[in-house]
Amino acid sequence: MDTERVDQIIDSHRGEESALIQVLLALQRENRWLPKEALDRVCARLDVPMSRVRQIVTFYRAFSVVPKGRHQVHVCMGTACHVRGARRVLDTVQEVTGIGPGETDLEAKFSVETVNCLGCCALGPVVDVDGTTHGNLTPVAIAEVLEGYE
Amino acid sequence: MPRMSTREDLERARRLVLAGRDPDAPCVTVCGGTGCLASGAGKVVAAFEHEIESRGLSADVAFRSTGCHGYCERGPIVVVEPEETCYLRVKPDDVAEIVTETVAGTRVVDRLLYLDPATGRKVARESDIPFYRHQRRVVFGANRKVDPRSLEDFLAIGGYHALATALFDMTPAEVVDEVKGAGLRGRGGAGYPTGLKWETARNAPGDTKYVVVNCDEGDPGAYMDRSLMEGNPLGVLEGLTIGAYAIGAHEGYVYVRQEYPLAVENVLIAIEKAEGAGLLGSDILGSGFDFTVRVHRGAGAFVCGEETALLLSLEGRAGEPRPRPPYPAVKGLWERPTVINNVETWANVPLIVSGGAAAYASVGTGGSKGTKIFSLVGKINNTGLVEVPMGIALREVVYTIGGGIPGGRKLKAVQTGGPSGGCIPEERLDLQVDFDELTRAGSMMGSGGLIVMDEDTCMVDVARYFTSFLADESCGKCVPCREGLRQMHGILARICEGGGREGDLEVLQELSEVAVEASLCALGKTAPNPFLSTYRYFRDEYEAHIRENRCPALSCKALISYYIEPELCKACKLCLKACPAGAIDGERKRIHVIDQERCTRCGACLEVCPSRFGAVRKISGEPVPPPLPEDQRRIARASEGT
Repeated sequence: MDTERVDQIIDSHRGEESALIQVLLALQRENRWLPKEALDRVCARLDVPMSRVRQIVTFYRAFSVVPKGRHQVHVCMGTACHVRGARRVLDTVQEVTGIGPGETDLEAKFSVETVNCLGCCALGPVVDVDGTTHGNLTPVAIAEVLEGYE
Repeated sequence: MPRMSTREDLERARRLVLAGRDPDAPCVTVCGGTGCLASGAGKVVAAFEHEIESRGLSADVAFRSTGCHGYCERGPIVVVEPEETCYLRVKPDDVAEIVTETVAGTRVVDRLLYLDPATGRKVARESDIPFYRHQRRVVFGANRKVDPRSLEDFLAIGGYHALATALFDMTPAEVVDEVKGAGLRGRGGAGYPTGLKWETARNAPGDTKYVVVNCDEGDPGAYMDRSLMEGNPLGVLEGLTIGAYAIGAHEGYVYVRQEYPLAVENVLIAIEKAEGAGLLGSDILGSGFDFTVRVHRGAGAFVCGEETALLLSLEGRAGEPRPRPPYPAVKGLWERPTVINNVETWANVPLIVSGGAAAYASVGTGGSKGTKIFSLVGKINNTGLVEVPMGIALREVVYTIGGGIPGGRKLKAVQTGGPSGGCIPEERLDLQVDFDELTRAGSMMGSGGLIVMDEDTCMVDVARYFTSFLADESCGKCVPCREGLRQMHGILARICEGGGREGDLEVLQELSEVAVEASLCALGKTAPNPFLSTYRYFRDEYEAHIRENRCPALSCKALISYYIEPELCKACKLCLKACPAGAIDGERKRIHVIDQERCTRCGACLEVCPSRFGAVRKISGEPVPPPLPEDQRRIARASEGT
């Protein structure tokens, strides 16, 4: 990420220290992960120590300090999805992509994450791929969905 | 909309909006809630817009894309006014027919109507559908009537009348008294009396005070706050503004979890519109009262739903709960008095102010007033959001509104109260749902998730699941929660994997007691609930796992096997093709056999085996019958003779 863009994002949050989480979220959204240089810039501009930035990016799940794949697969493990077979859907996702939750494959095609609830409980089991929600999934159906991604 | 600077301006604007609307003219409403969007509502909306415009109907037909209607199971949902004709599971291809028949004409499209399984009849009117008929949608009902991005729509249903009443007819103290008198209790979980919280903040010393909307709805299985925030953000903001006036706050925050992007988008638009119309900002409606609102996104931490953690997160810090007292109402955001309520609580406030405390308190039970929105999910026919009066029997919610359990299965339990709630077994289904009754039954109200579990759900696995969730979400500050939950999860996982030992249950109870006694915040204090409540009502399942290596629900992978009944197998090769592990041996006219060594127990064979054959069976606690000898596997067709 270039410094100029990082600065723009920081400026849009008025450069306030209390906006730290909001700034990091904006960076994460745009770049899919938080490179060290971007974090350094945030520390300098918001005048907060790196220890606090590190605490924030490891405490909250939304952040990643390692690069992510082109397609973000979020498998909902919420209760409603769980009782309707989310575990078996996750197993299939692992079989198809070859990676488990929290991992990114070597070609950086997929990153797989589990989430606690996507709030689409009526349609469980649910998997979100790049912001598109796929509901009422079976292991067979999610395999088909994933095969459609390049 | 032009800026309104008096109460009269507001009423004039409302009259103007209403005058421009003919209640008898057709209006098409499409649910654009997250559930329906996932089912393809976006394309249905586009198809309607195209169809209405290309037929030159734009002037005569109103079209509205709204927030969640609640019946998510049957989405996308379309309702055509004025007849309130309700179409379910609508596809883009159905749109032209709906416009021709129902919008331009006066006929209904029979095949898209709800079919009542009890009577075998089609139901046309939305409010006659059993799922809706038995509800009382005073808070959530507004969702269907407004485009969440339209201030005009909100004014048309009486929006901001309550705020004007509070600002011009009541003193702040009177507003607090009204909310106290209504008996409103916090809808986020603990059920603390909202009026008392407001009174404490109002009386706390200091000039700077804050109000906060908690939309960090982390409980898996609950999504009513999401739907309210997405579908009627102005209603929530009106309640928030009334609360700010009551306690003397001039700044407010809306804290939304980042998993809800549409809620963030809609509330930002609502704030902009309200500011532009003089309903937020300085000198609201010329009353001299100033109030501004900012939106913060959460960053994915369940514990931030806890109020002290949420406030730290608002300050840009890690959300670790701190001991209370002092309560946030005395020392909250930046050490100032802060009232923090969840979305549904704020959405109830305008009802109390405009209808009066007495009318509000006439609904509900002795200790729990008003209505509650529940998300009815899991193994149930009509999944979705339902709003019912406090005190309704759980059985009525599950069977009358929810339509019972699919596939003729038997209900085992209803899990309430989120991860740290508990399970209510079938035999206690007649209990009245309110804050106190649920607590007495060993569970809690929580934010209102009702997760229905049938006989295929293993209760030990449910306890393991929730304990794993809570261990993962523990912020790590206190030992009984951080270490205790990890140990509990380890034992529960071992039991599910067939490694249960005598004495495990005693250790689990001991760890539970310590976590309840010694944790700082509600997460740790209630974390043993999933184990304690399932152990209380389903002890036999724990014992079956430990002593017989048997999972009675046939759910725990390590304790089950899949087996093909040779007499029932028709050698159709469906399971053979579906098996991802290549564990099924067979060919056409040869009975299929599962190699137990290679089977990963994914269940794909059971999923694809046609129900008229029903050849694949799950077994647990008994040995798998030996495979049929090779020479007996050939199936001869009846015509060839045997």
